[in-house]
Amino acid sequence: METNNIHHLRRQVANLRQSLFDQGYVDEQFNELEELQDDATPNFVEEVVSLFYEDSARLIHSIDQSLENHPVDFAKLDNYMHQFKGSSSSIGAKKVKTECTQFMEYCRAGNVEGCKRTFQQLKREYTTVRKKLEIYFQCARQVGPTETTLCHPK
Amino acid sequence: MGMAQELHVLAVDDSLVDRKVIERLLKISCCKVTAVESGRRALQYLGLDGEKSSMGIDGLKVNLILTDYSMPGMTGYELLKKIKESSALSKIPVVIMSSEKILPRIDRCLEEGAEEFLLKPVKLSDVKRLRDFILRGEGDDDKLTDKKIKEACSRKRKFQDDSLVTAHDIESSPESSASSESQQQKQSKIG
Repeated sequence: METNNIHHLRRQVANLRQSLFDQGYVDEQFNELEELQDDATPNFVEEVVSLFYEDSARLIHSIDQSLENHPVDFAKLDNYMHQFKGSSSSIGAKKVKTECTQFMEYCRAGNVEGCKRTFQQLKREYTTVRKKLEIYFQCARQVGPTETTLCHPK
Repeated sequence: MGMAQELHVLAVDDSLVDRKVIERLLKISCCKVTAVESGRRALQYLGLDGEKSSMGIDGLKVNLILTDYSMPGMTGYELLKKIKESSALSKIPVVIMSSEKILPRIDRCLEEGAEEFLLKPVKLSDVKRLRDFILRGEGDDDKLTDKKIKEACSRKRKFQDDSLVTAHDIESSPESSASSESQQQKQSKIG
């Protein structure tokens, strides 16, 4: 039985989801992942995103350290960032992916300052999208596993 | 046999995130999945010395190898080469995945015998198409002729340029008795 409260929550989840796309935090790949979710695997997207957080923590740490080295090992940085770009692309984290691409350009140009600046921006974008996704998943969980399917614009 | 057959796919990718996604894509497409993190592990699983031709160490025949290109240690290209150089394993179709659409890289892989080159992130439609292609028993030494293609299918499917590059057009269709027979022959050849 659907109460007003649940109805309100459903609307909230739908709005949260829509704004993630509208504001460019996630792209079509995020939708593709949600399509793979079903009642038997209601936490699939959250699980994938958790792996992304794990991976990102490791990479952020490695990149931070690498940027402090003298001289900077651009090949190594490029490699780390390639991984970061790959995983952010796989979950559809659009803004993070854009920063990765920018970083790699500075890397290939041997521009340390450019890399450092971009990395700060990347970390900000990462933190932001992470917060937004956490709120979204939290709300989605409250209304039940079928919520994301119902929210999909078909 | 035929459409009910479950393919066993060996997925190779150093990215934890990508392994999880590809595993899900394959399971939804009714494939059995073994996911490993490196070319080395893949060769271990396949028993490179060739005793158990195309069997995994758990005795499950591998029907398709889906590998990432950029991996530390052994790239997907190097893995592809080793598989094609092995008399026992060379018949297993290998598909390469990459986040970068670098044409010389793609050419090199196709020349070395890769069936297809998929751009990441891989979509469900890519996997389903791949599955149908493998189920119809195509391979380097068993290409469908134009005539067979016309007989086998009712609908022609086009690839999107920005998601896929392949050496030949592939049709999606219900499996004909001709192609399932050829697949059975192929399997007994490998065994």
